[in-house]
Order: sequence, then C-alpha cells, then structure tokens
Amino acid sequence: MIELIEVCRDYVVGDQVVHALDHVSLRIPAGDYVSIMGPSGSGKSTLLNILGLMDRPTAGIYRLDGVDTSTMNDEELAHARQHQIGFVFQSFHLVPRLNALENVELPMILAGIPPKQRHSRSLGALAKVGLSKRADHRPNQLSGGERQRVAIARAIVMQPKLLLADEPTGNLDSKSGGEIIAILEQLNGQGLTVLVVTHDPAIGGRARRQLQFRDGRLLHDSGQS
Amino acid sequence: MRLLDCNRLAGGALLRAPARTFMMLLATAIGVAAVVVLTSLGEAARRFVTDEFRSLGTNLIIVLPGRSETSGLGPGMVIAATPRDLTLDDARALQRSPYIRRLAPVVVGEVSVSRGGLEREVTLLGTTPEFRVIRQWHMAMGEFLPNVGLEQAAPLCVLGATVSNELFRRESPLGRWLRVGDRRCRVSGVLEPQGRSIGVDVDEVVIVPVVTAQQLFDSPGLFRIIAQAKGRAAIEAAKRDARRIITARHYGEEDITVITQDAVLATFDGIFGNLTRALAGIASISLVVAGVLIMNVMLIAVSQRTSEVGLLKALGATRRQIIALFLTEAIFLAGLGACVGIIFGYLIDALLVLFYPDLDFRPPSWAVLGAVLTAVAAGTFFGILPARRAAELDPIAALAGR
Repeated sequence: MIELIEVCRDYVVGDQVVHALDHVSLRIPAGDYVSIMGPSGSGKSTLLNILGLMDRPTAGIYRLDGVDTSTMNDEELAHARQHQIGFVFQSFHLVPRLNALENVELPMILAGIPPKQRHSRSLGALAKVGLSKRADHRPNQLSGGERQRVAIARAIVMQPKLLLADEPTGNLDSKSGGEIIAILEQLNGQGLTVLVVTHDPAIGGRARRQLQFRDGRLLHDSGQS
Repeated sequence: MRLLDCNRLAGGALLRAPARTFMMLLATAIGVAAVVVLTSLGEAARRFVTDEFRSLGTNLIIVLPGRSETSGLGPGMVIAATPRDLTLDDARALQRSPYIRRLAPVVVGEVSVSRGGLEREVTLLGTTPEFRVIRQWHMAMGEFLPNVGLEQAAPLCVLGATVSNELFRRESPLGRWLRVGDRRCRVSGVLEPQGRSIGVDVDEVVIVPVVTAQQLFDSPGLFRIIAQAKGRAAIEAAKRDARRIITARHYGEEDITVITQDAVLATFDGIFGNLTRALAGIASISLVVAGVLIMNVMLIAVSQRTSEVGLLKALGATRRQIIALFLTEAIFLAGLGACVGIIFGYLIDALLVLFYPDLDFRPPSWAVLGAVLTAVAAGTFFGILPARRAAELDPIAALAGR
C-alpha cells in the first residue's frame, strides 16, 4: 500500500541544510500496524507528514496504492487526503464551536456528502469509538480522552485505508491513552492500516512492526528480517 | 462542498467572533447608510425644486424682456440690460398666436399698503384674471379681479392670506377699501394660504390689474408675460411663435428671451441629479474604506485561525474550498452590513423628516442598489487577499500553530 524509495526531505535553516529524512526506503502493506519511534528531530513527524500528503519529499518516490504522489496536483492531493487517509493529532484539533457530531461531519462536508447521509455516518463513527452519548457535546465539555475519540471518529468517517496518528496519547493520561490505543488496535483489527508516531516505548512496543528513526535515517525496522 | 454547508461554516466562524464581526458589520453599515442618507438629501432638494417649478402651472412658456443666450434661469436674464420694454401691446399680439391658449402679463414691484393706522410693505403683482387660471390659485373668498380686461385699469385688489389677516384681523375684507401706494383699491377677493412659490411668499402679495400697477409704478414695461400653450405638444411651436411675433413687433430685433418651464425643470433636474450622484460617489468612498477594514480584520482572523485552516487542509479541503470559505465570510459581512446600513439610512431619513417636514427624504432606488452592490463588491474584492493567504498556509506549520 505504501512504498517509499530513497525518500529525502531537506530543510534549509539559515545557510544550513537539515536532512529531516535521509534516503528512507520503506514498504508498508495494507492492514499493517506500525509504530514509528525515535527522539525529537529524528524525522518521524516529517515522515508522517509526507505519508499524509501534507508535505512532499525533496527527492525519492512515494507511491500510495501504486500511484506516484509526485505527479499529483493540489486538487488530487486534497482528494487523496479526503478519501484515503485519516489523521489523528496529538492536540486533537477539534473545531471548538462545533459539537462532536459536527466535528465528525466536517470531512464529509468538505466532500459534499448530503446531510442525511452525513448524520447517520457520523453517528456510526461515534458509536465505533464509544461516544454515541456525547454526540451533542462541544469539545470543551469533553475530557481529553473523549476529544481524541471524537478526532478518531472524524479520521475514520470517510472510511480511509490508512490512519496516521501523531503522538495520539501525548496529551492524555495513561488510562485514556490506553483506551485510545485500544480503539486504534480494534480499528486495525477491522483491516485499517495504522501508523502511530510515539516516543513512548510502551505504546510503540504494542505495534506489530516497529520502526526506529534517528537523524532522519531508518535505524531499525522490526518487520524486516 | 455544498453551498449551504459553506454558508453555515462561514456563518459559524463569524458568530464565534462576535466583536470582530460586529466591527466589520458596522463599518459597512455606516458606509451604506451614508450613501442612503446623502442621496436622500440630494433627491429631496431635487424634488423640492422641481415641484416648485411644476407648481407654476402646466405647459408654461415665459417671455422676458432682454436677450439671454442661455435657456433656464440665469442671473443674466433678470438683470440683463433691456433695450426695449415688453409692453401690453406685445401681450395682445401674442394672444393671437394659434398655439397659445391664454396668457397673463405680469408687473412686479414693492409697495406699501395701508388701512386705517396699519401699514405694510408688500410685493405688488399687476396682472389679469388669466393669471389665477394659469397658476391654479384658489380663492379663500371673493373673486380674482372680476371682469378686468387686459388694458383696463380698475380700483380693485386681491390680497394674500397673510396681508388680509394683518390688515383686517377678523373682519371680512371683501368690498373694503385699502390704500395701495398712492391709490385706493377695493378688495375683491382673498387668496387661499399657499406658502412660498419660487422665492415669493404668495401670502404676502397684493394683486391689482396690470394697468393699475403700471400707473402706480409709472412704467409701461412688463416684468414678464406668462403664457400657457395649447397642450404639451404645442409648447415648442408656441415658443417659436412668441419669439417671431415679438421680434416682428420690435423691428426685427430679437430682444426678448423665451423660456419654457420644461427647460427650467430640466436644468434644475440636471443640476440636482448631478449633485445627488456626486454625493453618492463621495459616500461610496466610505464603502471602500469599509472594504479595507474588512481586509485588515480578516487578515488578523486568518492568522488567528491558522490551526483551523491547517485542519481543514488535512481533512481534504482544497485551496479553492478554503478561499470559498473565507470569501463567503467577507461577502456575508458586506451583505449583512449593507442591509443594516439600509435600515440605518431609512431611520435617519425618517428622523430628518421630523425636523424638515417640507422635504421628502427618500433615497433613489439606484443609490440603494448601487450601495449594496458596491458594499458586496468591496467585501469580495478585499476578501480575496485574506482568503488567498489562508489558502496558501502550510498545513503542517498551521497545525503546529506556528
């Protein structure tokens, strides 16, 4: 499903070139459960952004479902983000003025899906994360764990094949964090490809496959034998 | 994205920042209200003046002594050196024109009238009974110089309402004698109160037969001849005919000016129409200022909402959708502000009517429509920059809140 070939991502900071990703090659088959670990600045977030089509490699090839993403224009990238990829962020990024249900509806609004269908699909997604009863609550009326569950519902409501989670438990206590990971694992069990960026070894260790990054390089890949 | 959803999202964003929204709304509203009120003023002035001229009567042509090259009422026509007087003989000659239904010669001057111990300075109008018909004046009592011919002097006078009240108090003035200048006249009638008409307070006049007035002022010259054409179509022909007849009588010298009420009306209409348009133009500048304010405040809004923009991008919003969302906000603001401004404008107009009940404060419909369109156009135009800036945001930096 994901294929990276010699992908580099360089930033110019002042007169210095920083290699955020340095010739990374990687294949992730559909349905995999992968954790990406490494210290700050190791390139794991950059990798996630590139995989999520929010950033483009400076060099190398990224194929998503066999399609070379470097050939895609802005519209196509937006379309791919909409239909193939779900994002979960460390700080949830819910829209404060919308209630849980409306937040989940947001990607469908952008996709132009009719309201009736939106409503039932959003309820379905909230049910999957166990938040049916909180549908009409605003983010500030929800606990951190509940907010992250709304965010997960929003990420899966378009039925993507790939879920990218950037430190999804970073702002949560260990109990709610555990619940979030359980939900992600449950979704993975239903066939969703899940990538989790974390620096918590306890959470990273639960993944079927673990990638270790350092200084933009893929240091260790437990899936490769 | 569906239009309704786009509107709901944009509307929700506006509601979330009520202070900001209110400020931008107010800016547009003030601009639109300014256009509405200023054009109302211009229109009120235009309507007032044209109504004044219309009140002169219908299908009028006015013959004045002296030559003036311009049509309309210029200072030259009143003060111009008069080579030859306009006389009653000229008036009689004009009466034979097939295009003229009726006419009235007019002599005007200042005179003092007195009765008993009461004395008063008034405007004396010397004319014939036809004058009342042309001007469509109504009598409060009595008759307007009954049975007085064109060249007939008679010791009769008609009083304006104020003159009658001042000199006779509660008595009936009909048939009573009055001293007008160095003559004695009997009151044949009193006019209904009518207020001012083109600078002359009709209630303050005393009217005598034209010949009597000529004798009083010891001058054969007429101030002007007011004639009524036989219908609208005959106005131009009557004007040409009048000029031809008088010129022939004045030994081939065209030393008169013939103006039509239509020309005067058109002149004033034009002047005040231009004034109104100029006012509208000046007021629209405030709409552009409002647009600039919307732009600045929206630029701030974009920088405060970067993470929301980043999120929308992560969720699959295209550049175009982001632009559409922010432009919709701008257009909402401008449109709503315009509506509020129209309401403000009409309220101010209603207030003005309380203070100046004689004037009719109503904005012309083109100004209202134009103000709304300009407001929305300004909102759209000045919304483009913030919207594009939002669309250009780097989603990663935006999500990180940088």
